[in-house]
Amino acid sequence: MIATLFQRAIMQGIPLLCGATGEILTEKSGNLNLGIPGIMYVGGISGVIGGFLYESSFMGHKEDMNGFLAILIPLVCCVVGSLLMGLIYAFLTTTMRANQNVTGLALTTFGVGFGNFFGGSLIKLTGSSMPSITLSKTSEFFCQSLPIAEDLGWFGQIFLSHGFLAYLAIILAVGTGVMLKRTRVGLHLRAVGESPATADAAGINVGRYKYAATCIGSVIAGLGGLYYVMDYANGIWSNDAFGDRGWLAIAIVIFALWKPNLAIPASILFGGLYIVHNYIPGIDFSTQELIKMAPYVLTILVLIVISIIDRRENQPPAALGLNYFREER
Amino acid sequence: MRQSHNSGTVKEPLFHITKRAAIPWWQSWLIRIASVLAALIVCAVITILATKQNPLEMYATMFRGAVGNARRVWSLFQNLAMLLCVSLAVTPAFKMRFWNIGAEGQVMMGGLASAMCMILLGNVLPEWLLLTVIVAAGIIAGAVWAVIPAIFKASFNTNETLFTLMMNYIAIQLVSYFVLQFSVPKGSGHIGEIPTGWLPTIFGQPYLLNIVVVAVLTVGMYIYLKYSKHGYEIAVVGESEKTARYIGINVKKVIIRTMLLSGALCGLAGVLLVSGTDHTLASTTAGGRGFTAIMVSWLAKFNPLYMILTSFLIVFLEKGAIEIATVFDLNSSFASIITGIIIFFIIGSEFFINYSLKFRHAAGEAKS
Amino acid sequence: MNTVPAIELKNITKVFGSIVANKNVCLTANRGEILSILGENGSGKTTLMNMISGIYYPDEGHIFIDGKETVIRSPKDAFEHKIGMIHQHFKLVDVFSAAENIVLGLKDETFNMAAAVKRVREISSRYGFEINPNKKVYEMSVSEKQTVEIIKVLYRGADILILDEPTAVLTPQETEKLFAVLLRMKADGKSIIIITHKLHEVLSVSDRVSVLRKGEYIGTVQTAETSEAELTEMMVGRKVDLNIERSEPKNPVDRLAVSHISCIDREGTKLLDDISFTARSGEILGIAGIAGSGQRELLEAIAGLQHLSEGEILYFDPATGKTENLRDKTPLQIRDLGVRLSFVPEDRLGMGLVGNMDIIDNMMLRSYREGRSAFLRRSEPKTLAEDIINQLEVVTPSASTPVRRLSGGNVQKVLVGREIAASPTVLMAAYPVRGLDINSSYMIYNLLNKQKENGVAVIFVGEDLDVLVELCDRILVIGSGRITGVVDGRDTTKEEIGLLMTKSRYDN
Repeated sequence: MIATLFQRAIMQGIPLLCGATGEILTEKSGNLNLGIPGIMYVGGISGVIGGFLYESSFMGHKEDMNGFLAILIPLVCCVVGSLLMGLIYAFLTTTMRANQNVTGLALTTFGVGFGNFFGGSLIKLTGSSMPSITLSKTSEFFCQSLPIAEDLGWFGQIFLSHGFLAYLAIILAVGTGVMLKRTRVGLHLRAVGESPATADAAGINVGRYKYAATCIGSVIAGLGGLYYVMDYANGIWSNDAFGDRGWLAIAIVIFALWKPNLAIPASILFGGLYIVHNYIPGIDFSTQELIKMAPYVLTILVLIVISIIDRRENQPPAALGLNYFREER
Repeated sequence: MRQSHNSGTVKEPLFHITKRAAIPWWQSWLIRIASVLAALIVCAVITILATKQNPLEMYATMFRGAVGNARRVWSLFQNLAMLLCVSLAVTPAFKMRFWNIGAEGQVMMGGLASAMCMILLGNVLPEWLLLTVIVAAGIIAGAVWAVIPAIFKASFNTNETLFTLMMNYIAIQLVSYFVLQFSVPKGSGHIGEIPTGWLPTIFGQPYLLNIVVVAVLTVGMYIYLKYSKHGYEIAVVGESEKTARYIGINVKKVIIRTMLLSGALCGLAGVLLVSGTDHTLASTTAGGRGFTAIMVSWLAKFNPLYMILTSFLIVFLEKGAIEIATVFDLNSSFASIITGIIIFFIIGSEFFINYSLKFRHAAGEAKS
Repeated sequence: MNTVPAIELKNITKVFGSIVANKNVCLTANRGEILSILGENGSGKTTLMNMISGIYYPDEGHIFIDGKETVIRSPKDAFEHKIGMIHQHFKLVDVFSAAENIVLGLKDETFNMAAAVKRVREISSRYGFEINPNKKVYEMSVSEKQTVEIIKVLYRGADILILDEPTAVLTPQETEKLFAVLLRMKADGKSIIIITHKLHEVLSVSDRVSVLRKGEYIGTVQTAETSEAELTEMMVGRKVDLNIERSEPKNPVDRLAVSHISCIDREGTKLLDDISFTARSGEILGIAGIAGSGQRELLEAIAGLQHLSEGEILYFDPATGKTENLRDKTPLQIRDLGVRLSFVPEDRLGMGLVGNMDIIDNMMLRSYREGRSAFLRRSEPKTLAEDIINQLEVVTPSASTPVRRLSGGNVQKVLVGREIAASPTVLMAAYPVRGLDINSSYMIYNLLNKQKENGVAVIFVGEDLDVLVELCDRILVIGSGRITGVVDGRDTTKEEIGLLMTKSRYDN
C-alpha cells in the first residue's frame, strides 16, 4: 500500500517535474512563461496524434507494430508541437517584446483549447461511445520497464517500475542543474536572466539564449504532457484530464528555489499530495475534494516562508518578466 | 588570442529596431485594427481548413452565432457584462502592478457564498433581507479571498502572482466540496436549480439587471481611477512604490484597500452569476473569465471604457466560434484556439506601436 | 606613433525618436595616446561611444579601424576588433563573482574557472590592481566594481579602451590611482578614450581633447596647447563664468539637530552609525562621501523614510518656537506637525517624480490630499505647473507632457521647482545636478543659494568636490555611515575632503 502510494506519487510527480524543469530553464533566461500549462497540453495531444496515426494504421494486426517507431513517432510529434509553442512565446516576448504575463496566459488558453479541440476531434473520428481515445498498444511500449523490477519487491516497485520517460525526466532535471551550475552556457544563461544588458555588453547573444532556453524548456515541459498520457494514463486521452498540473509545475519552480535538483523531490511530494486522498481509508467523496487542496495550500505556505526569510540566494532571476531592448534609453 | 576580424567586405544589417517617439492615437488604433483584421484572416484560413467552407459563409455563421436572434443578442450582452465585470475588478489591482490572477477564485467564492445563503437561508429570511444577505455575503467572500494574498504582499512582499493562482484552486476545491455536500439528489454531484434567493429581473428580462449593474460599474470605475484620490494613489503606487513612500502614501494600506475592492467586485460578479442568472453553482461557474479578464484589461490599457470594446471583441469571437463549431460539427474548444490567435496578434501589434524598423540605404554612399 | 589612426569615425548620425543624439560626428584616436571626449551632459558623448562598442547602431556614417571600414553590429563585433568599453553604469551581474563576470561571454578556451582566476591575478599584478577574483560583485565597493570592469576589458585583449565618466564615483585619491593605470596602459601602446565633463581631468591626463556640443562635433585640440577657458567655451558655445557666489550666512539659528542616529539594514550591517550634526537656517550644509556611504539613508531618515535603531532628529520650529522629535514619524505625520521639509531625492524619476505622469499630476504628488472631497482638484496644480515652466524655463511641449519625455535638466527643474514651491524651512537635495548641463547646474546652484538667503536650512549632498568647496558653508564628510570630519567650506581643499572620505575604511 505504502509502496503503491510512493510509486503513484512518482508517476504523478514526473509530469510536474518536466514542467518545472522546463520552466526553470525558461525563467533562468528571464522569461516568465505562464504558457507552460498550455504547452503541456499541446505536448500531450501532439504525441497522441502521432501515436494515433501510427497505431490506427495497424488496425486489426496491432501485434505487428514496431516498438521503436511506436515510441519515436509520438515523441517526435510531441517535441515538434511543444517546440512550436515555445517559439510562439519566444517570438512574441523576445522579438516583439510583448508583455510576458499576457502572452503566457494567452498561450495557455490557446494550448488547452488546442489539446481539447484535437482530442475532441479524434474522439469523434474513432466514433467511440466513451469520451476518450485509447492507445493501449503504444502505451505498452512507453510503459515498458526493466524486467527485474518485479523481482525486487518494494524497491523495484518504487524505483524501477517506470517507463523510460520517467528516467529521462530525472536525467533532464539533473542535467539542467549541472548545466546551469557548471558550464559556460549555464553561466551565460544565468547572466541573461540576471542582467541582460550586462550579458549583451559582454558579447552574449541575449535573444538567442532567450529563444533557446524558452524553446528547450517548452520541449521538456511538453514531454511531461506526453508522459502523462502515454505512461501515467495508459494511453488514454480524455479532454481536460490533465487538469491544472501545469500550474502546479510553475509553483514547484518557486518551491524548488529555481534549482532543478530540488525540483525532483518537490515534484514527487506534490505528486503524492495530488493523489493522497485515494489512499486515506474511510473518507467520502466530498472530503476527498478538501484533501485535494493540499498541494496548493503547501505552495502558499512555502511562498510565505520564502518571502519572510528573504535570502539573496532564494530570489528569482533579477530580470525575470522584463523584456530586453538594447537601445532602451 | 583572437585575431582581429578583418573580413574586408562591409556587411551591413538589413534593418535595425529603434524605439519610437509617441505616435498619434489614430495611428496606434489603425495598427490595432489592422492586427485584428490580420488575425481574422488567419482564423478564417484555419476554419476553412477545418470545415472546408467558403470564408464568407464562415463569417456569416459567426455573425449568426453571436447576434443571430434576440436570445443570442441577450446572451451576448450577458456574457459581455460578466466578462467586463471581472475585467473591471482586476483593473485597479493591475494599475497598482499587483498581478492578481486570482479573479477566478474570487468569483467562485462570491458565487459559493451567495449559493450557500440561497440554500440555507432561502426559507428562513424575508425576501428583501435574503437578497441583501446574498449580495453582502458574496461581496465579502470575494473580498476576503483577495485580501489574504494582499496582506502577505504588503507585509512580506510575498509573490502575489502565484499566491492568487493557488487561491483559485483552493476556491475550486471548496466549491467542489460544497457541491457534493448539497447535491440534489444526494450524491449526483449537481446542485440543480436553487428555488429561492433569485435576484429580481427588470422588465422581465433575465439578463438586464446584470447588464445595468455592470454598465454603472464601468462608468464608476472609470471615474474612480481617473478622478478620485484613491485612483491617483493607485497609479502612484503602481508606477513606483518608492515615490509613493516618498510622498507619504501608506503603500500597505493602498494595496489592501485596492485588493478589497478588486475582490469585492469579483465577488459581486459571482453573485450576479449564481443568484442573478444561473441559480445554481458548479465548479465551472466562473468559466475561465478570471483569466480572460486579465487579457481584456491589459488589451484595453487598463481603461474601463476601452474594456467595453475588448471584452465585446472576445465574447463576440467566442460566441461566433462556438456557433461555427456547432454548425460544422467541430469541438467547442475551437473558440479557445480562435481567441488565442486573436490575442497573439493584438499583443504582437503593440510592437509596431512602440518600435519601428529602420532600413539603411547604403547605395550612393562613398566607400573608402 | 603609427600614422594610421586606431579608430576613425566619419559623419556618424544617431537619432532617438525626435531627439538627434549625434549629428555628423567625426573623430580619430591613435595608438599610444589618451583622448578625452569632452562635452556637457546630454551632448551625445556616451551615445557616440556606445556606437563604437556595439550597443547602438548608427543611423548614418562609417567607422574605420586601422584604416579599414568596419561594421559593428553588437558588442561581440566590438570585442573582435579589440574594442572594450567601461560603462558609467557598470555592466556587472551582482550575484556573480569577479572572475565569473570577467569571463562572461568568452568562448574560445575551455571553461575553466581556476585558470580564469589565475589570469585575472596576472593582469592585476601587471597593471597594479587589487582585486579578489572570488568576491561577489554585490559585496564590492564602487571602485572595486570599476576595477572588475577594466580587467574584464583587458582580459579580452582590448587595444582600444573607452571609459565613460570613470572618475564620477571615485575619490581624488582613487582617481590618481586610476590615472596611473591608464598611463601604464598608454605606455603599453593601447589607445584610450575617456568620456568626461571635468576640465581639470582632461588637462591632467589626456594628450588630445575632442569636444562635442549638443550632439555635434566642435573640434579637437592638443591638451598642451589649450586652457580651461578655451575648452569651456568650446563645450558651452560661449564664455561662461564658472564662479558660484557664496554669501555669508545671515543670523543662522539651529533648525534641525540630528543626534546619534544609527540605522541597520536587514542583513544587520550599519548603514548609519552614530551620526550627529546640526543644520542651521540661512546656510548650506554640504555632505560629501563616496557614493553609497550612507548619504541616501541619512536624508531618508530625516524625511521619515528610514527606520532608526538609535538616536533622535529634533526640529526647531521657527514659527512656534517648539521642538519636535521626527524620529519614527511617517512623512505624513511630519507634515502634520507643521514641519516644512522639502526633499529632492537622488532618484528623480524613480522617487521624486512619476515618469509616466504629466507635469500637472506630478505637481499633485505633494498636494493631492488637500480638501475633504474624495476627488482630485487639478486646477491649482495646473497653475503651479505653468508657473514653474515659465520661471525655471522648463523646455516642454506642454504642462501635460509626461515628465519621462523631458531631458534630464528639465526633469530636475520640475522636481526642484515643486519642492521649493512648498516654501520649505529645510531643503534637502541629493546630487541635484547629476547629469545636468552647465547652464542647468548653475541655475540649480542659484536656486539653492536663493533659498539659503531666504533663511532656509539647505542640506546639499554632492559628488563634485570642486562644487562642494565653492558652494557650501560647512561640509560634513561621511564614510561607511560614520562622520569622518566636518570642515569649513571657506578654508578647506578637496584633497582634505578626499582623505576624510576614505578615512573610516582603513580605520576599521
